[in-house]
Amino acid sequence: MPYDPMLVEPMREDMRAMSVQELTDPAGVDAFLAAEGTKLVFVNSVCGCAAGQARPALRLALQHANTPDHAGTVFAGQDVEATAHARGKFAQVPPSSPSIALFKGDELVWFMPRHLIESRDAQTIAFDLVTAFDEHCS
Amino acid sequence: MGTFHHGKGDLHGITVVVDLKDSRLFVGRCDTVMPEGVVLLDADMHDEAVAADGTDPVPKATYLENALKFGVWKKYDRIVVPTEDVLSVRRLGDLAH
Repeated sequence: MPYDPMLVEPMREDMRAMSVQELTDPAGVDAFLAAEGTKLVFVNSVCGCAAGQARPALRLALQHANTPDHAGTVFAGQDVEATAHARGKFAQVPPSSPSIALFKGDELVWFMPRHLIESRDAQTIAFDLVTAFDEHCS
Repeated sequence: MGTFHHGKGDLHGITVVVDLKDSRLFVGRCDTVMPEGVVLLDADMHDEAVAADGTDPVPKATYLENALKFGVWKKYDRIVVPTEDVLSVRRLGDLAH
């Protein structure tokens, strides 16, 4: 059952403030992933244990010189169909949220699952993100 | 900003490896650690003594290397691992260091 929209609105606003595109249905996910270039998909989560640091980390990383051509987000537990559809594009990667995927064209080239976000501070997570950006987005 | 569940312990919400005294281990999101056991959500169980699909058995270390990369496919929505069976409880993410 999706969370109360009032509860998740500040977390959505976090993403909008970063100019990350909200993908709220499967068609939106498909259109986003069909774009040329590099694409980041952030699987958002209400879980403060992990997502509380993931969003600030993304905000830091998107200030780096090299960033993906496109950044989008699905919201686990909220935009249920869009999230399931996006996860279907993550090949053999088990679902977790929050998590972050990086595509180059159609290919998933990098993935950060939830357990590599938990218990880490935003700067450390951002460092891993910009390292991936430098490798795949430059 | 997010939802928090205070009072459930330091490992609440953390993906952990619960290694058992026998050939099995569990990987899942810790809910609580209680005197009677560790409560895991969305957990997988691996048994290094059992071969799957005609392949050789997979050692615990090899299974964990794969789990560390991407995570695990859950076999259980919720499971309580009895305390008397538990050898150790570690954060999966710590295996990266």
